Amino acid sequence: MKTLEQIHQIREEKRKELDLRVNTKLDTREKHILVCHGTGCTSSNSPEILEEFRRILKEKNIENVRVIKTGCFGLCAKGPIVIIRPEDTFYAMVKPEDCEEIIQKHIVEGEVVQRLLCKDIDGKKVQSLDELTFYKKQKRIALKNCGVINPEEIDEYIAFDGYKALEKVLKEMTPDSVIEEISKSGLRGRGGAGFPTGKKWELTKVNEADQKYVVCNADEGDPGAFMDRSILEGDPHSVLEAMMIAGYAIGATKGFIYVRAEYPIAVKRFQIAIDQARDYGILGKNIFGTDFEFDVQIRLGAGAFVCGEETALLESIEGKRGQPRVKPPYPAVSGLWGKPTLINNVETYANITRIILNGADWYFSIGTENSKGTKVFALGGNVNNIGLVEVPMGTTLREIVYDIGGGIPNKREFKAAQTGGPSGGCIPAQYLDTPIDYESLKEIGSMMGSGGMIIMDDTKCMVNLSKFYLEFTVSESCGKCTPCRIGTKRMLEILEKLCNGKGELSDIDKLEKLAHNIIKSSVCGLGQTAPNPVLSSLKYFRDEFEEHAVDKNCRTKECKAISKIMIDPEKCKACGLCQKVCPVGAIQGELRDKREIDQSKCIKCGTCLASCPFKAIN
Amino acid sequence: MENEGKVDFTKQVDAKEPEKKCKCKDKFLEELFKTYQPIKDNLIQMLNEIQDHYGYVPMDVQKELSEFLKVPMAEVYGVVTFYSRFTLKPKGKYSISVCLGTACYVKGAQKIMDRLQERLKIGEGETTEDGKYSIEAQRCVGACGLAPVFTVNGKVYGKATVKLLDSVLDELETSN
Repeated sequence: MKTLEQIHQIREEKRKELDLRVNTKLDTREKHILVCHGTGCTSSNSPEILEEFRRILKEKNIENVRVIKTGCFGLCAKGPIVIIRPEDTFYAMVKPEDCEEIIQKHIVEGEVVQRLLCKDIDGKKVQSLDELTFYKKQKRIALKNCGVINPEEIDEYIAFDGYKALEKVLKEMTPDSVIEEISKSGLRGRGGAGFPTGKKWELTKVNEADQKYVVCNADEGDPGAFMDRSILEGDPHSVLEAMMIAGYAIGATKGFIYVRAEYPIAVKRFQIAIDQARDYGILGKNIFGTDFEFDVQIRLGAGAFVCGEETALLESIEGKRGQPRVKPPYPAVSGLWGKPTLINNVETYANITRIILNGADWYFSIGTENSKGTKVFALGGNVNNIGLVEVPMGTTLREIVYDIGGGIPNKREFKAAQTGGPSGGCIPAQYLDTPIDYESLKEIGSMMGSGGMIIMDDTKCMVNLSKFYLEFTVSESCGKCTPCRIGTKRMLEILEKLCNGKGELSDIDKLEKLAHNIIKSSVCGLGQTAPNPVLSSLKYFRDEFEEHAVDKNCRTKECKAISKIMIDPEKCKACGLCQKVCPVGAIQGELRDKREIDQSKCIKCGTCLASCPFKAIN
Repeated sequence: MENEGKVDFTKQVDAKEPEKKCKCKDKFLEELFKTYQPIKDNLIQMLNEIQDHYGYVPMDVQKELSEFLKVPMAEVYGVVTFYSRFTLKPKGKYSISVCLGTACYVKGAQKIMDRLQERLKIGEGETTEDGKYSIEAQRCVGACGLAPVFTVNGKVYGKATVKLLDSVLDELETSN
């Protein structure tokens, strides 16, 4: 247990100690080596790097240097990432073997290790994080602490104004004034649909009950999205604190966070956060000397996409099959065990403490007319800088893809960006300059979604991609309502026909009609949005569908059944690269001869396509 | 603690004798029934622990669980078959998952999957007859920066190619 005074003391002392994390000009002999421990970097061995640094420091008897694990820095494609503060030197793709050199050259001799610096899009090597174009256009609010603090140390969170918002709320504000502040900020749900958060809180508050619940939706099922996971891994306390503030505002004393079991690191760090907060008396009874009490439990998901739908999630917390309920009544009236329940997603919660501390007006000043604040996107696919980005609402797609994302690799053309995952749609090149917010995306047939953004180049077939999303929906449909269970399956069959060259022109019309019927008649959000990827692809790339149906041809060669891979003898320079990469030995030709493909052996894997430096294969 | 996110290789499931392990209430189940209260809400949490321990959810364990929680067997079975994380059959000694999340898919994960099925001669969600390998499709591991990825017993192989997969399989083949 810590008293409020003790927490204030921790904040003051720890803040001084950690000043070098944010103040690059600080004159100090101390150094902090930050090693990213997000899932991406952990997968490429960052824990080993951390150990190696510690071992070398001990061996060389170097003092004043600490090695710290942090959450995600965002630039996952360049991982594992190591940052040295206070000077903010950014080392990319570090291997355990490099640690010795970093310690010797950088720490002991005070020289930057040039070869490990990261290249910017113009090819120049940059020294610090802030110099990278990747970071210049970003504004970090929800991700403020990610990559700055050690997520497993509550003291570090407290040092950077942690639990200050909770104190302010409990000591100075009434539940109504908290809700008013959130409403005034213009914050909308970051889970995808964009419902005004303040309004949701108010609706839950006005329903009287002996018990209410606060739920955090961390069932990030959209494939290719990892925003929520990174927040939980990098700054779990900010979500915990926001859930408590929400509890105070709506009059709830219990909270649940529903996390995918596929996110072991996030689960572990959130559990540590809960334990530490309980230990400090921040979670429990009489919080900060008031009569407010609150406690949070973790519930693990078990791999069902539909459980991201709020009522299915509630069913799953209750230990049942995750099948959505019919709405209304909404969870604000009858949620968990029939009690009024507030459900927000992780990123929404991550904004709350900043709004309370900096004021609603500050938050309201960021973004566009109807969409305030920032949005975190998980940028992936055919783009150079794959990673986590947070931009103000209203940033254009072009800025995200070409400035922050560093453009498309292999000098390919941008074809489309897919947002909103299996519920969203694609944005073609003509809308690259549309400012991104909830309304504008909806207008062009996509949606904000939770924040997955997959960039596709011109080698991607839109019919095949539609098929991919439908395969996903078919396998994830819970089976409760007929339009979704059977309708999506029929849509998939039509798409399979098209991809196999057995489709007809009339199939495209059938597909469209079916899609509209499913949207109109499904029970939950999953079914109502499942046809979106197909409809938006049809809207912008109808010619490709028609080509599949009529000419039985796939221009990208992704649909193997209707494509042959050929080498253009005009363009072939006989380099032999394709021959080397072919896994089945289908490419023949002697040293200086132009190469040819033996169609009987070719499995149409497309590996040679990507390998050809002269684009002679298609 | 630094090994977070990785699956312990020593915890492999012995596919040859799955039956023996769960004929009766073993020590693990006894402990499990002590830690949880017998209320229905705990079903999924307990199933998660059971799946982690045995590598699958055996039928007789489901029966025990149904008695303990006073939930009909049909409902327990319904929950087990609803969630993709729970399996009714043991996985192979080497459980290989290919991420088919969108980011990996766009970067060619399907080729990896095709090659894997071709080499092991089993389909998605199946285990080889000798119990050595099983194949699974995963929806986003979260390592999109390394796409495409596949995992062997939780160890992540990033920026994967058919070649990398082949060499990993060759290595597993010679390992025993």
